[in-house]
Amino acid sequence: MIASLKMFYTTVGRKLVMALTGLFLCVFLLEHLYGNLQLYKLDGGVAFNEYGEFLVHNIVIRAVEYLLFGGILLHVLDALFLTLHNRKARPVRYAVSHQSGNSSWFSRNMGITGSIILVFLVIHLKTFFISHRFQGVDTSMAHDVAAAFQSNWYAALYLFSMVLLGAHLNHGFQSAFQTLGWNNHRWMKPLKIVGTLFALLMMIGFGSFPIMFYFDLFGVASNILGQ
Amino acid sequence: MNKLDSKIPEGPLETKWTKFKSTVRLVNPANKRRIEVLVVGSGLAGASAAAALSELGYTVKCFCFQDSPRRAHSIAAQGGINAAKNYANDGDSVFRLFYDTVKGGDYRAREANVYRLAEISTAIIDQCVAQGVPFAREYGGLLDNRSFGGVQVSRTFYARGQTGQQLLLGAYSALSRQIDKGGVKMYNRHEMVEVVMIDGKARGIIARDLVTGELERHFGHAVVLATGGYGNVFYLSTNAMGSNTTAIWKAYKKGAYFGNPCFTQIHPTCIPVSGDYQSKLTLMSESLRNDGRVWVPKAKGDKRKAEEIPDEERDYYLERRYPAFGNLVPRDVASRAAKQVCDEGRGVGPSGLAVFLDFRDSIKRLGRAVIEERYGNLFEMYEKITGDDPYQTPMRIYPAVHYTMGGLWVDYNLMTTVPGLYALGECNFSDHGANRLGASALMQGLADGYFVIPYTIGDYLADEIRTGSTPTSHPAFEEAEKSVKERIDKLMSIKGKQTVEDLHKKLGKIMWEYCGMGRNAEGLTKALGMVRELKKEFWSDVRIPGGTMEFNTELDKAGRVADFIELGELMILDALNRKESCGGHFREESQTEDGEAKRDDANFSYVAAWEFKGEGQEPVLNKEDLKFDVVHPTQRSYK
Amino acid sequence: MAETINLKLKIWRQKNSKESGRFEIYDMPGVNTHMSFLEMLDVLNDRLVREGKEPVAFDHDCREGICGMCSMYINGRAHGMLKGTTTCQLHMRHFHDGETVTIEPWRASAFPVIRDLVVDRSGFEKIMQAGGYISVNTGNAPDANSLPIAKVKADEAFDAAACIGCGACVASCKNASAMLFLSAKVSQFALLPQGEPERRERVLRMVAAHDEAGFGSCTNTGACEAECPKGISISHIARLNREYLAASLVKE
Repeated sequence: MIASLKMFYTTVGRKLVMALTGLFLCVFLLEHLYGNLQLYKLDGGVAFNEYGEFLVHNIVIRAVEYLLFGGILLHVLDALFLTLHNRKARPVRYAVSHQSGNSSWFSRNMGITGSIILVFLVIHLKTFFISHRFQGVDTSMAHDVAAAFQSNWYAALYLFSMVLLGAHLNHGFQSAFQTLGWNNHRWMKPLKIVGTLFALLMMIGFGSFPIMFYFDLFGVASNILGQ
Repeated sequence: MNKLDSKIPEGPLETKWTKFKSTVRLVNPANKRRIEVLVVGSGLAGASAAAALSELGYTVKCFCFQDSPRRAHSIAAQGGINAAKNYANDGDSVFRLFYDTVKGGDYRAREANVYRLAEISTAIIDQCVAQGVPFAREYGGLLDNRSFGGVQVSRTFYARGQTGQQLLLGAYSALSRQIDKGGVKMYNRHEMVEVVMIDGKARGIIARDLVTGELERHFGHAVVLATGGYGNVFYLSTNAMGSNTTAIWKAYKKGAYFGNPCFTQIHPTCIPVSGDYQSKLTLMSESLRNDGRVWVPKAKGDKRKAEEIPDEERDYYLERRYPAFGNLVPRDVASRAAKQVCDEGRGVGPSGLAVFLDFRDSIKRLGRAVIEERYGNLFEMYEKITGDDPYQTPMRIYPAVHYTMGGLWVDYNLMTTVPGLYALGECNFSDHGANRLGASALMQGLADGYFVIPYTIGDYLADEIRTGSTPTSHPAFEEAEKSVKERIDKLMSIKGKQTVEDLHKKLGKIMWEYCGMGRNAEGLTKALGMVRELKKEFWSDVRIPGGTMEFNTELDKAGRVADFIELGELMILDALNRKESCGGHFREESQTEDGEAKRDDANFSYVAAWEFKGEGQEPVLNKEDLKFDVVHPTQRSYK
Repeated sequence: MAETINLKLKIWRQKNSKESGRFEIYDMPGVNTHMSFLEMLDVLNDRLVREGKEPVAFDHDCREGICGMCSMYINGRAHGMLKGTTTCQLHMRHFHDGETVTIEPWRASAFPVIRDLVVDRSGFEKIMQAGGYISVNTGNAPDANSLPIAKVKADEAFDAAACIGCGACVASCKNASAMLFLSAKVSQFALLPQGEPERRERVLRMVAAHDEAGFGSCTNTGACEAECPKGISISHIARLNREYLAASLVKE
């Protein structure tokens, strides 16, 4: 086992780690979005809260939770390591560099988009996850969500982060398949399209919550907050 | 005393090499490790020799002036490599390849060497395929062949228009493998600047580290030169900028005879010169002549665009003059014909020194897709350089210096007249006579390196197993290094007014004008004086900036140009001496009534091997008579 | 199109690997647009030598776009802005009158500057020596046609083998990664039956050599593919990743 872990030490191995953890997080995003969509049921938040309860009490999900945090941690640490390593590979920068001529903005700024998403994630966890899991607040999760989005800055931060998440995924999704070796004449174009669609789905899906709740469209917020 | 013993094995032509291989002396494996061989040059011949010798167990050092062996100019060969595989079932055989090569060389090559080359050709293809060289294939998965200038069978193997690249990368990979194994130590960015002689044998070299300027001494039981051709003596050629004569010139001055120095191949299909800033000429593969038709306007000074000139006003002069071979006549014939029409004032383009190579008819016949598949990368390259699109308007081409058939005289073992000093590939004179056929240079380079030298060098080294290695503190090394240092210091101290390029360009102009496509006694005599004058000019007026102990490309060039000037003189002497026309050597005094080259077998059926007699002294001409036991020289006819 | 243009050149000058370098600015009036980029530098150097100054050192050899020796970062792009072109094949007709042209050496810790625009690319040699070959000794190869290879495979292997080892992929990669160079060789041999016996060992050793030489890691930006003068596809990097994964999982 130790011996085979060696494969992850090389530059190729490390980016395999990025790809695998990245794709795992994509699966989580999909699941998370499914859960969040319960908020649009206009049932006073019942379905959403039940879904939340199910997650908390299901033993398998609890186990996956550790895996999830491990995945995030690995994804972040590996990115950090690779970034530092890559900085070292070019100690003197170019005076003039026209990278826009050879690569996409998304692909070159994974570090920036990723870092901001990480900051958001910490705030996000503090707002919803830590308070409910460890501090035992007595309001329902649905209520907290609806309430949080009434704040200007939180709604704005959320929206902004989701746009960046879209940008991150737009490169990340197809990049992961490239890293796993799935790029060939038949598959790369479809994968790129699927990647962009997935990124758009996540961006629009998650990005809809701050907008819907902030402006109380279709009464999504008032339905839960009961005004 | 004539040292020209060609050491051709006895017996019938077909069995000479086989017999040689089974009777040649061997060095036992345990001794090989203790024997050191220096290989100078890392092109097809050098890289393959270094790899093959290391595989046998010899301790090898290999030198190249570029930053990697993979840069050697073999990489630029486009068209292909010949081999008598007869995969096309069109009547090819070892004998036919041998015959075509001797005939193509205008009967100025050694039969035994050429036959060996043809014999080995098939093994080269096997070897390269085993190395993973991606030759062109047919849909059935087997290798594809095409026909190539000057022959009537399809025996040329190719990898798109980059055959040289793929073969060199194959040899480079074999070399890299040996470097990894520790059998070869590679010295990149190193230039050989002197041969070290001990007791009449080549025992090492002085090399200059081109990054630091340091002079290094290297001992070897034998020294193998594979340093390519000297076409850059003409300044403009299709050779790489760094291609030079320095290594073989030093060898010549240490006693290695120089064979047929004036035999130069002028390639008919190059992109014409566009201005006086021009630094080199670019070849367009000869394969283009398979589908392109060469023509000029019938009228003198016709400046209309090619598309505007109707068919009846075009002169497809190769098809007209040589109906049997048409556009596929050998290189020397095609080049001379182009020069003739331009001399008549019918040349095209701004300079009037170009002819059209037109694909209109083949695009019409085969469709653009087929032409693109065959020549896409060449068309692209042409467009990049000239800005014209050859799918729309004909290419403009003109002959340019491309290959030098002359080089160090070697015997059957590829050893020069200096014991222990070998010459492989383009830098020897051996296989192409007075004119090389297309797709034969790659064949010769790899044959020499992979399959000849590993056998023949053993014959010499078998006597050296007790020789031990000589410490480089030996006075001969001291002496050699001192002479190199003195020469460099002298060059640096001149501090004249002309740049190295100025002087090189002057040399090129003299050589191209008087010792190029057409040569005559009067012009050559004049050129001889001019080159001798130029030599004085060089040594009194060259300007080299920078210092000695640093990366100094001007100094590198200066050393090379100084040698080119001296070589230029020898080429002129050789051209003067050879009063016949043969192959690429066209003496205007010796032509048939309709302007074709006329050989003089009675007086010139020999290899001219020039011997250095000391600075300021006339070199001495030695002759190796050529005997033709199998092929009977006839006047070449491609009509 | 103007026959001549006037340019300002901003060129990196550095005496050797130890001293630090700086930019110098040179006026280049009357540049003939039919010249190649290197010929333009020849003209500059000719002038510098006449003025008693040291010429700009740059690597070049074949000037036909195949040896891979030339290496310049021109106006922020490896080998300049033209697609599929080496510096030696870049002609001045693609520049505008009055333009300032910035010329820098390849920048990577694995490619230290030797002088001016000349860099040391021996990292590539190390990668090749680690497995960029098929271990077949001279003389014992079977007949070339005893091993049929599907044309599509052979063609794709050729596409990879067309790499000229110039280093533009490293130069243009934001991480100075040599993945495209490395993958071209791995992919060529992975596509051919001749490469099969050493397949696993090769990819593992070559990746290790790549890392040891100090190249960065690939983040799939595709810049290498866009700048490669021979148009080598990053699908070869995907194949390399596949080979690596397979080799790692099966080994030990």
